[in-house]
Amino acid sequence: MKDVYLGMPSFPEAARTATKDERLRANLTRATHTIRDKRAKAVTEIEDWAELVEAGKAIKDHTLRHLDEYLLQLEAKVTEAGGQVHWARDAAEANRIVAGLVKAADGGGDQIREVVKVKSMATQEIGLNEALAAEGVAAYETDLAELIVQLGDDLPSHILVPAIHRNRTEIRDIFRANMARYGRPAPEGLTDAPADLAEAARLHLREKFLRAKVAVSGANFMIAETGTLVVLESEGNGRMCLTLPETLISVVGIEKVIPSFRDLEVFLQLLPRSSTAERMNPYTTMWTGTAAGDGPRTFHLVLLDNGRTDTLADTVGRQALRCIRCSACLNVCPVYERAGGHAYGSAYPGPIGAILSPQLRGTASEIDASLPYASSLCGACFEACPVAIDIPEVLVHLRARVADAEPGHRAERAAMQAATYAMTHPAAYRAAEAAAIKARRLLPPDRKLPLGPAKAWTETRDLPELPKQTFRQWWKENHR
Amino acid sequence: MPKIALFVTCVNDVAFPSTGIAAVRVLERLGVEVDFPEAQTCCGQMQYNTGYPAEAKPLAEKFAGDFRGYDAVVVPSGSCGAFVRDVHPRLLGADDPPPVYELTEYLVDVLGAQDVGAYFPHRVAYHPTCHSSRLLKLGDRPTRLLRRVAGLELVELPGAQECCGFGGTFSVKNPDVSAAMGADKVAHAVESGAEYLIAADNSCLMHIGGTARRSEAPIKTLHLAEVLASTADSPYGASA
Repeated sequence: MKDVYLGMPSFPEAARTATKDERLRANLTRATHTIRDKRAKAVTEIEDWAELVEAGKAIKDHTLRHLDEYLLQLEAKVTEAGGQVHWARDAAEANRIVAGLVKAADGGGDQIREVVKVKSMATQEIGLNEALAAEGVAAYETDLAELIVQLGDDLPSHILVPAIHRNRTEIRDIFRANMARYGRPAPEGLTDAPADLAEAARLHLREKFLRAKVAVSGANFMIAETGTLVVLESEGNGRMCLTLPETLISVVGIEKVIPSFRDLEVFLQLLPRSSTAERMNPYTTMWTGTAAGDGPRTFHLVLLDNGRTDTLADTVGRQALRCIRCSACLNVCPVYERAGGHAYGSAYPGPIGAILSPQLRGTASEIDASLPYASSLCGACFEACPVAIDIPEVLVHLRARVADAEPGHRAERAAMQAATYAMTHPAAYRAAEAAAIKARRLLPPDRKLPLGPAKAWTETRDLPELPKQTFRQWWKENHR
Repeated sequence: MPKIALFVTCVNDVAFPSTGIAAVRVLERLGVEVDFPEAQTCCGQMQYNTGYPAEAKPLAEKFAGDFRGYDAVVVPSGSCGAFVRDVHPRLLGADDPPPVYELTEYLVDVLGAQDVGAYFPHRVAYHPTCHSSRLLKLGDRPTRLLRRVAGLELVELPGAQECCGFGGTFSVKNPDVSAAMGADKVAHAVESGAEYLIAADNSCLMHIGGTARRSEAPIKTLHLAEVLASTADSPYGASA
């Protein structure tokens, strides 16, 4: 995946810094609680929400079970409609394909040096902007929040609102300092009023829309039956990119396919209410290949695997591929709220990232091995998920994978084995209990346990003093 | 006379025996015969949730053996109750498990009790722990019982549905986030104006209470069973 995430510190380490950043905490708490409350309201408006969730889950599961057939059908339909389909095994291959297509695009005699981008998680995942930059092509983000992130030399920290960690004063400062470097500078005397900030972005972006020859997008859904791609957005900037340039390149994960146009109905209800808490998103753009005299003349679809087939092979973990990137799980997650999105070390932060990244990238790196533990297993994510991904179940499943693979977990396994031994051998259990009661403490001194749990606990919390008698002893003396 | 087996849980056995004793008192007061199968130890949740299913399985097997033949098993812990009920059958391949009830489920659903004859003259707030609300779906059972406790004033807990940050080994693997969540929970408990924060899980309360004590916050924590065990004749704290 993206080079910028290589060598990220483990989640607990990154989170330690974030929990101490008061401004970040305040920005995140305000933003997540606002959208959390709105979502809850938007969802209760629909009487059969639970049935809709079931339907969404069923459609996704069915599609994933027959993914091979639907992808081939999609390819045939897109090709029939005048599009060209490319298959990318991993990030490097996808980046290579897109760079090649951009360079080969018709620039009216000039080589293409810039593309405009629709907000897309798949291209974040593969680090497309950096890859294009290395080929001398500038990729301009046109989603307002992605623009803020790009101008601030920053990384997105949320799936839906990538600049959630920024407040408007910070945004004004970023616009003032950096807009000129990327194109039209910020207006003189720019204030931090939302309307002024939006106008500054509008003027800055309009210039790029009118000039762009090539656009790059992702897609929320791909319909196998018709070969139609669907993008949902709020600003209309996406539609600018999807309609104005002559060449459109869409990079889409293979799990985004759904069988038929009818299935879309379910997701067009689930997604907006779960993500922006709107009954309907302002812009839904659909296109099927190319149409003479209307929209892009050339359309390329790059179908991205990048770990998805491996994920699909895992019977517990594969449910992560149902994800429709609504980010409801981020907005209800107490861990995300306090650690912030950057601590997750990937384009996919929050609970869904904690189960997606270790599956797409594997668990070899420090950050990926730590992600399955980045949860108290409170279950708020599962409760909010519009396609019923049991995130806690997958987290626990991935913890087992990490524990099995990592040599660093040997001491922990030994401790767990010792605990199980004591708990299944009455004499050992009684001895351990007696020792704990005698010492009047719950955890032995630090050096006896891996990972220093006693220290980790007692830095911020007192341990209860143990009573003089266990329940078992009380029962024996008073009850039997 | 209904008869149950008490699964006290390992944490209660060693660290919070008063909760087990309270559960016995409430049940016996309501005419239930309580048995305590003494071979019992632990449900294996810590091992399982930390990523060691192979280490959890012997404990699930042991639990099934220790409680075989009982009509009902009552657990004064939402989290352990949910683990035994939801995960044990998966670990063991669904081998006819005994019916497991969290304490308030047994009181409300099986005994049909609302007023358990308790007396607890204090202002309290109730924290619905994550596993008791999201996994067991206890709903308003605990607060229905609390509302019928004589002398008790139940006040609202701001942000009640938010996790306290305990999360088993999460509390030591991600201590900073866990502590930040705990501090917010304590702040909300203090804000509620309650004297006691009540919950159905002592492990969460150990984290919240430990955080409160360290920061000298004016809030005490107490398991729901101990509130329900407290009576006018033998009020909480008098005999402990």
